[in-house]
This record gives sequence, C-alpha cells and structure tokens, in this order.
Amino acid sequence: MTEERPMLDVKNLSVRYRGTDTPAVRDVSFTLGRERLGIVGESGSGKSTVGRALLKLLPTAELTADRMRFEEVDLLTAPERKMLELRGQRMSMILQDPKFSLNPIQRCGLQIAEAYRTHVRCSKGEARAKAIEMLSAVQIRDPERVFDLYPHEVSGGMGQRIMIAMMLLADPGLVIADEPTSALDVTVRLKVLRILDGLVREKGIGLIMISHDLSLVRSFCDRVLIMYAGRVVETLAARDLDNARHPYTQGLLAAQPRIGGSRDELPVLERKDSWLEPAEERP
Amino acid sequence: MKPVSVEHMSIRFGAVTILPDVSFDVAAGECFGLVGESGSGKSTILRCASMLLSIWTGDVTIGGRSVREMPLNERCRTLQMVFQDPYGSLHPRHSIRTVLSEPLKIQGLDDRERRMREALGDVGLPASFLDRYPHQLSGGQRQRVAIARALILEPEVLLLDEPTSALDVSVQAEILNLLVRLREERGFTYIMVSHDLAVIDHMCDRFAVMQSGEIVEVLPREAIKGNEATHPYARELIGASLEYESVV
Ligand SMILES: Nc1ncnc2c1ncn2[C@@H]1O[C@H](COP(=O)(O)OP(=O)(O)OP(=O)(O)O)[C@@H](O)[C@H]1O
Ligand SMILES: Nc1ncnc2c1ncn2[C@@H]1O[C@H](COP(=O)(O)OP(=O)(O)OP(=O)(O)O)[C@@H](O)[C@H]1O
Ligand SMILES: [Mg+2]
Ligand SMILES: [Mg+2]
Repeated sequence: MTEERPMLDVKNLSVRYRGTDTPAVRDVSFTLGRERLGIVGESGSGKSTVGRALLKLLPTAELTADRMRFEEVDLLTAPERKMLELRGQRMSMILQDPKFSLNPIQRCGLQIAEAYRTHVRCSKGEARAKAIEMLSAVQIRDPERVFDLYPHEVSGGMGQRIMIAMMLLADPGLVIADEPTSALDVTVRLKVLRILDGLVREKGIGLIMISHDLSLVRSFCDRVLIMYAGRVVETLAARDLDNARHPYTQGLLAAQPRIGGSRDELPVLERKDSWLEPAEERP
Repeated sequence: MKPVSVEHMSIRFGAVTILPDVSFDVAAGECFGLVGESGSGKSTILRCASMLLSIWTGDVTIGGRSVREMPLNERCRTLQMVFQDPYGSLHPRHSIRTVLSEPLKIQGLDDRERRMREALGDVGLPASFLDRYPHQLSGGQRQRVAIARALILEPEVLLLDEPTSALDVSVQAEILNLLVRLREERGFTYIMVSHDLAVIDHMCDRFAVMQSGEIVEVLPREAIKGNEATHPYARELIGASLEYESVV
C-alpha cells in the first residue's frame, strides 16, 4: 500500500434536519483511500444521511464539519455548480430506493443511455448498445426487454442493478452505494459484488458500502464504521468484525439468524444511553 | 386460521409471459417461503394474490373462498401485504397518522389512537413518528411503518415481500420475533419472500424455489442446511447461500 493522501477526508461532520432537535449525524470523522469502506448500523442511525451529506444532497438540513474534502475539492465551500459537476462525473451514489430515484415516466434503458451520453459523445444507437451491454453485465436476463420497461415495471432487484449499470457507465472515482444489493438473490449478488470489487482493484476507485448485511461487509470490505444514533461507535478492520468490542456491534452480530441455527427467539438489543458517548479512538 | 391455495396462477405483460402456471398450497398457520432469482416473479405472485393486479388467470383461495369474490372490505381484513419498496407503497403527502388511521376508519374500528401507538411500538418506532411524513424517515423506518400498517387490521393472512431486507439485523430480529409471536398467538398464515435463506430457515416450515416464473422445487426448511435440493437451480441457490454465510 502506498502512503498517499486519502481521497476523502471527513472531520466532525454533523447534520441536523430542520424541524428536529437532535442531529441525525454527530461528529462523524473518517478517511477513505482506494479501498472499500463499509458503514453498518441500526436503522435510522444516519448512514444514508452521511452518504447524502458527502454529495451535499440535503436541502432540508444544516450541515457542519471541520473538514470535508474530496480529492482537491473542499466540499464545504464548493458551490452547487461544482457539486453538480462532481455528482455527475466523479462521485456517484447508488440510492437506497433505486426505483424511486429513476424518472418514472421514461424507459429505464433510455435513462441509462442518456446518462452515458452526458459523459461520452456518441450516437443514440451506440449509447443504446452500451446500455444493453451494461444491463447484461449486471446479470439482467433479457436486457433488450428490460431496456424498454418503465421503472414501475421492473422487479426490486432489477431496479438496483439498473442503478449500478448507470453508475458503471459514469465511471466515477468515488462510489457511495447505499444498500446496493439487498434485493438480489445470493448468486446474482456475488456476481455484482465482483464487478464492484473489480472497480476498486483495477480502476482504483474508492467505495463506501452502506449495508445491513454483516456477512457481506465482513468479507467484502476492508474497513467498517459502526454507527449508532448518529455517531461512529467503532471502527474496525472488516475481517475483525467478529471480534468487535462495542456492545452494540456485539449485539448486532448476535441478532443475526443463521442457517441451521436454533429457532428460539432471536436476541434483541438492550440499548444503553452510555453507547451515545463519543467513540474511543483506536488506531 | 386459514389455509391459502394458489391454483394455476398465470399472467402476461404484453407478449411476455411472466408466470406461466404457478400452483402451491399453504397450510393454515404455516409460514411459507418464496425464494429465487431476482426477476423470477415472486413479487408478482404476491401482487396477484392480493388483487393489486387483476389481469391474471387462475385462482387464489383463502379458507376456501376466492380472493376474487371478496369485497374490498373483507379482503382487507383477510389479507394484507407488505411491499418490497416501502417508498412506493406509502403516499408521499400522507403523514404516518393518515397512513395508519385510514384502514381503521374504513373498517369502522374505534380506539384508533391506541391502536396506532401500539402498532408503531410493535415495530420499534416512537409514537411521535405519527406526525412525520415518509420522506422524513430512514429507509428502514419506512419499511417498519409499512409493516405496522399491514398488522394494524390483524389480517389472517400476511403476504410479506422482503419485509426485513431494508432493516439492520437488530431491528430485523425484533420484527421476526414479532411475526413469530403473532403466528403463535393469533394463528396468522404467512407467505414470505426473502433472499436470505437464514431468515427462511428461521421462519418458514417449507419454501418454494423460483426461476423464470416457475416453481422449480418445494422444500422443507430442514433441506437448507445439508443442501438436499434436487433441482439444479435450487441446489445452486442453496449452495451459494451456504457459501455466502460461511465464507462471505
Ligand atoms: N428529511 C428528514 N427530516 C427529518 N428527519 C429525517 C429526514 N431524513 C431522515 N431523517 C431522520 O434522520 C435519521 C437518520 O436517517 P438515515 O436515513 O440517515 O438513517 P439510516 O441509517 O440510513 O437508516 P436505514 O438503515 O433505516 O436506512 C432517522 O432517524 C430519520 O428519521
Ligand atoms: N407491469 C409490468 N410490465 C411488464 N413487466 C413486468 C411488470 N411487472 C413485472 N414485470 C416483469 O415481471 C418479472 C417478475 O418481476 P417480479 O417483480 O415479480 O420479480 P421478483 O421475483 O420479485 O424479483 P426481485 O427479487 O428482484 O424483487 C420481471 O421480469 C419484471 O420485469
Ligand atoms: Mg438508509
Ligand atoms: Mg420482488
């Protein structure tokens, strides 16, 4: 590993939605290199908010940070014009509700083809061919048929893969993937993960993977941030996930059902206020 | 307790047949799983059974009565569905209070405030969320509202389309425990779609494996652990899941 300046550097990011008293994200700090960083944590703990904050896609919230930098760009001071350029070209987010981030009245394939044409000058026919190629790369059977479907006509897992296909064509340096594979069956999921993995290894992109799937994070990511109530409560190497020390992380691991496991009531978390204290720093 | 029977369900969109001919039976009080390839038609089966789609042929009966013959009111009390896309299933301009009180009003149930608070409490959300709108919730919180809405009428049959795939495992555990308890206490019958065979193993008695619109095999949950499937796709899927859990 070369010692280089991280691609992304975030220090004490806080976000409060208007009309709420408690911040959704508090003092979150992390850096990202050309690696795969997982973010796991309770529903509502602020994971998607962190992702959207990096792209400054939070019209109804107040965002503060000591530092929020992507490559040479200071995201805190970057004007919307700059952000538009970054979002299209260099930073890409795969949203948690893929079907609802697509235009409902345009065919899925055309949306992919058009996104491609904003990056590469080519004819409509070439863009269409490229879109179909990408749909089959993400394991969609019958890509010609799916090209012509509207968003409400595709299945949950197809919607996720259409978003991934779009991201692949944009060829960004940083990808924030919010639950990108939760609606995919395991065999397709493994193939899609391999594509993302290839981007990190071959193109050297940075990948932030927000996921509830502990198995996925353990094996697929390099490092993991564990979030609880807006804070990062623990940061670990992904392979050490099973040795997590924070009681919240341990509780998460215990709550997961396992194949062949007992059918007793699943352990649930006893949430403690003390978990809200700032995370201990560990190298 | 009511059994569910799906008989020769078939549907096409335009020239494309999505479900050629699907049949299966679910015993009263059973939890029946549907797993399989993304795009194979799992959600479509649930949408047909709940009459969200009506252009299909074949029949679905609940306790011997066809869903097609049930008036809307009766159907709502008999059967509820939790959708895969919580965002799409909640009206963007309806507060959570409206989402939960509407079905209670239609059914003429009283004590609405208490029922709404209880339903939110059951899915681990505070009563203060009644005054929020869907876009003010996280993905998993929206999903929990959708589950609360389905449970609030205490239907006899619940169709669950990946009810916990948007939830972290701690909230998932709470929801699964709730579903198990409701089944024991009130004899609910479930049909549950999931990509997570550990969830299927924990919840279901039997499950069907689907590929390209067809059920290729129906298996008891015990078949997961040692991969006792015989159909090649079912074997591949279970094998990959076992590998995923251990290696991944
Ligand atoms: N527009 C908004 N207005 C007010 N509160 C909001 C808004 N959007 C999100 N929140 C709240 O902020 C908190 C964090 O939400 P966020 O979507 O980041 O959670 P998350 O960790 O992604 O959860 P999930 O795993 O369920 O998707 C939640 O409690 C949510 O209710
Ligand atoms: N209204 C529609 N018009 C055309 N095709 C449709 C329509 N609705 C569904 N389909 C097609 O039916 C097939 C089955 O979709 P369905 O949503 O049932 O899949 P699924 O098994 O639930 O997949 P996933 O696991 O990804 O959610 C898909 O190929 C989809 O494109
Ligand atoms: Mg989220
Ligand atoms: Mg589906």
